[in-house]
Amino acid sequence: MTIPTTPEASGTIAGTNPAQEHAAEVEQQVVNHRRQSPGSRLLGVLAWVVGLIFIAPVLWMILTSFHKEADAATNPPSPFAPLSLDGYKSFFSAGPWPPILNSVTASVVSTILVLALAFPAAYALSIRPVRKWTDVLFFFLSTKFLPIVAGLLPIYLFAQKVHMLDNIWLLAVFYTVMNLPIAVWMLRSFLAEVPLEMLEAAQVDGAGLLTTMRKIIAPVVMPGIASAALICFIFSWNELLFARVLTGTRAETAPVFLTGFVTSQGLFLAKVCAASLVVSLPVLIAGFAAQDKLVQGLSMGAVK
Amino acid sequence: MTTTTTTSPTPGPTPGPTTDAKTSKALQRSGDWARRAPLLPALILVIVATQLPFVVTIVTSFTRWNAYYPDKRGFAGLSNFGTVLSDPDARHAIWVTVLLTVSVVLISLVLGLVIALLLDRKFLGQGIVRTMMITPFLIVPVAAALLWKHAIYNPEYGLLNGILKGVFGNGAPQVDWIGTHPLMSVILAIVWQWTPFMMLILLAGLQSRPMDVVEAARMDGANTWQIFTNMTLPHLRQYIELAGLLGTIYVVQNFDHVFTITSGGLGTANLPYYIYQTFYTAHDYGLASAAGVIVVILTLIVATVALRTVFSLFKEESR
Amino acid sequence: MPRTRTVPIVVAAVAASAVGLSGCAGWGGGGLGSGGGNSINVLMVNNPQMVDLQRLTADNFTKQTGIRVNFTVLPENDLRDKASQEFSSQAGQYDVATLSNFEIPIYAHAGWVADLTAYSKADTAFDQADILPPMTSALSRDGKLYGEPFYGESSFLMYRKDVLAAKGLSMPKSPTWDQVADIAAKVDGAQPGMKGICLRGQPGWGQLFAPLTTVVNTFGGTWFTKDWTAQVDAQPFKDATNFYVDLVRAHGEAGASQAGFTECLNNLTQGKVAMWYDATSAAGSLEANDSPVKGKIGYAAAPVKVTKSSGWLYTWAWAVEQASKKKDNAWKFVAWASSKDYENLVGSKIGWSSVPAGKRASTYDNPEYLKAAGAFAAETKAAIESVDPDNPGAQPRPAPGIQFVDIPEFPDLGTKVSQYVSSAIAGQTTVDQALKQGQDLAERVAKSYKN
Repeated sequence: MTIPTTPEASGTIAGTNPAQEHAAEVEQQVVNHRRQSPGSRLLGVLAWVVGLIFIAPVLWMILTSFHKEADAATNPPSPFAPLSLDGYKSFFSAGPWPPILNSVTASVVSTILVLALAFPAAYALSIRPVRKWTDVLFFFLSTKFLPIVAGLLPIYLFAQKVHMLDNIWLLAVFYTVMNLPIAVWMLRSFLAEVPLEMLEAAQVDGAGLLTTMRKIIAPVVMPGIASAALICFIFSWNELLFARVLTGTRAETAPVFLTGFVTSQGLFLAKVCAASLVVSLPVLIAGFAAQDKLVQGLSMGAVK
Repeated sequence: MTTTTTTSPTPGPTPGPTTDAKTSKALQRSGDWARRAPLLPALILVIVATQLPFVVTIVTSFTRWNAYYPDKRGFAGLSNFGTVLSDPDARHAIWVTVLLTVSVVLISLVLGLVIALLLDRKFLGQGIVRTMMITPFLIVPVAAALLWKHAIYNPEYGLLNGILKGVFGNGAPQVDWIGTHPLMSVILAIVWQWTPFMMLILLAGLQSRPMDVVEAARMDGANTWQIFTNMTLPHLRQYIELAGLLGTIYVVQNFDHVFTITSGGLGTANLPYYIYQTFYTAHDYGLASAAGVIVVILTLIVATVALRTVFSLFKEESR
Repeated sequence: MPRTRTVPIVVAAVAASAVGLSGCAGWGGGGLGSGGGNSINVLMVNNPQMVDLQRLTADNFTKQTGIRVNFTVLPENDLRDKASQEFSSQAGQYDVATLSNFEIPIYAHAGWVADLTAYSKADTAFDQADILPPMTSALSRDGKLYGEPFYGESSFLMYRKDVLAAKGLSMPKSPTWDQVADIAAKVDGAQPGMKGICLRGQPGWGQLFAPLTTVVNTFGGTWFTKDWTAQVDAQPFKDATNFYVDLVRAHGEAGASQAGFTECLNNLTQGKVAMWYDATSAAGSLEANDSPVKGKIGYAAAPVKVTKSSGWLYTWAWAVEQASKKKDNAWKFVAWASSKDYENLVGSKIGWSSVPAGKRASTYDNPEYLKAAGAFAAETKAAIESVDPDNPGAQPRPAPGIQFVDIPEFPDLGTKVSQYVSSAIAGQTTVDQALKQGQDLAERVAKSYKN
């Protein structure tokens, strides 16, 4: 089991080359040309309908979060009930800030650690590759196939031994390991695009490492770093299973806090919706702000 | 997965020309270490943090170890494996895991492909619709599962029954969605989150199609369906495989939705939940570890078979 | 080549996290760096009485003693998992936890909870003699005390007096299950959207199997006989489960397979059901000032079949972890939370019907409490005093417990079987099939005890 490395295998999945950019233009013209047909317009409407269906639960969540509890739990629903901030007040009075700050800490710290470790590793797998680098790369990816739940007990026992239970830093390190393989994979596929001839030319010209980094490597790799950071942040922010087992009072994260709403507590729908929205907000903002990076991130850099 | 400008798999530029063979060897050795050094921190961390725990899991799986009976700890031989394999719950969990993963990945792949095709055309508000489509993936999984459980499926005040009543009046059927269709409820909630993921990758694939070739085919009289099956799908194949592979990696390990929506009840406990319950409720560490080892073995078998036989992504390399 | 640039970054990151590691562990408990010193960590269930306590702690307990209290509040099923993990590994994360009379004897036997006998003897203001005797004995093992009750409960039947009266029905003081099923059928649909009865269907040994095991007991069934023969698919267990499942399927609440204590409380409060068989502690919420059904609820003894009484005995009690290094402060907190003064504090600050009752004899002599809780105070006290955990059914038992079997394997066994029965309530499987699977599991458990 090896990975696609030859130009033939990987070329097909590649992103932008002049031929394809040209193709996109042609496509644009073709599409524009056909735009008038009623069938095409119908498909546009269909796309809108599908989009609305997919976002409907989220819109419903937002609307419900701004209703009073009594209006939120009516059947049939009362979408036009007066708006209210009660749900948010009740959520914020439940003390969500420490968990949210813990999530921020774990996600940000682990993202920084991941980048700091993954960049050199990706460098050693692409620009100045070690021998058998394909095997190393595949090893990284294969760890993602290991069911994470199988490591639950050893990691819990380890945390207990070293007195690191309920410690946000341990969680950050754990998230680093969890996301490192993806980040290495992604950054490698970006670094592999750095034109080697230019690197060599720079070396001949006597350019220092910093200059090389800044002038030649950075422009190609910055988008990759951004995508990797985004994906690592999202996956760390979302993680529940390990946070649940490893944390308690001090290091509880936002998803763990949300599990308090699994069983219902009287009329609490607006509060649940407010909580779900607030906890998802950082991911929503980051994801919306960097949609194209999201695609690259999700596909581990395979799609550019 | 790189562009055509990528390096060859052999080590990169060799050290400059040397006259002395000895120096060359020494240089190469130090060069090797210079190459390896940046790799080592990440590699060592991943090995320590993923392989060592697994070794502990294997050792524990041969141990009789229940936290309630610390005195009875000892070597158990294969008995933990026997217990797991003869446990109908464990077998059911395997079945649920397969069913859940296959149906979620297939449904969201097909939906994702259809929606990607829709979004690949130019129409008013294309960007807005794409943003709307992405949104479900950006909701924290626990939050999404809570939303489905309480705000949508709830038989008393959930949106689904609310719509039924709103449309058909007071005599409308009121369905206990989770109770009557537990696995479907979980699947639907996960599909909702993963379809955008599939869609995004496939859309990127569609947009990288060489359109001039497509147009040429059209000129030659190929109809839309022929173009789709003969040109678009083959082009998309690697994208579909990539999306399917990544989706499988994550859905097979799903814990959040099962935990939140049904708490593993109503026959929806999958393997991660089963292990979690054995570890967390029964505190049978030996049994939980044995189940973990079995899951790893199954995953490795499935991954190897799938990668070797199905996925051209990896197959083309093993020529 | 790349080392020159990346090494400093790595070093900086590692150094930064090392600083973090040595300093503090998270933002919880009042911010970074406040983990140690004069504070204790408390793990507790998210029932209303505990949420009240959480609100009152800072302004009262912390003000009086200077001890800061950090709470982790979890739903019941989660709390049990977390607590058993915490105590079994003696992780020392928590000083105090709410445990029940199920866990405390087991944990005491394993040496996981601290012996509180000396503390309670020394603390005369606490007045251990005032604690109801069934509570003290349920929280003791081999003559030593391991927990102090926060509130105690039995189970009884709650019903809407007005709904029954409108249908010309009356509820006996000690009804039989057949009478209850009959009334449930008659009041089903008495008001638009109102079902006959709410019974828990949510999986979990402490959820579905709390009421169901009492039904099994009174139908003459049991989990195990005295010599550890599993009886889960025996006829009485089957009859009881069929009765329960049929009743809840025919006249029970919507979404029954997911309904637990809080869902049922909500259903009765919102007028979605006419009756509810559950914990006596629910009455406080039903009679609270903001409850729409305040004053409309009647209370009857737990329904029976072949036994004389069938109520359960349950208490959420404070236990101190053996590994805790702050046992003195932990006791101060326990003594405060279970004190008479705390009951008075809740009475004056929140309302007398919200008092965590059912543990002290003096509560039932308190005129202010009786004024607010008159509707259910006598029934509650009678229910608690009528229970016999060692002999709750029609046959001798191998281990104590009414709505549970007090063995470490029961949470796993009960939870799994409850998942099968919950599936039967949802119509996914039959009761016979569910109990056949349950019998297999019960036999596995019994095997280790027979030897």
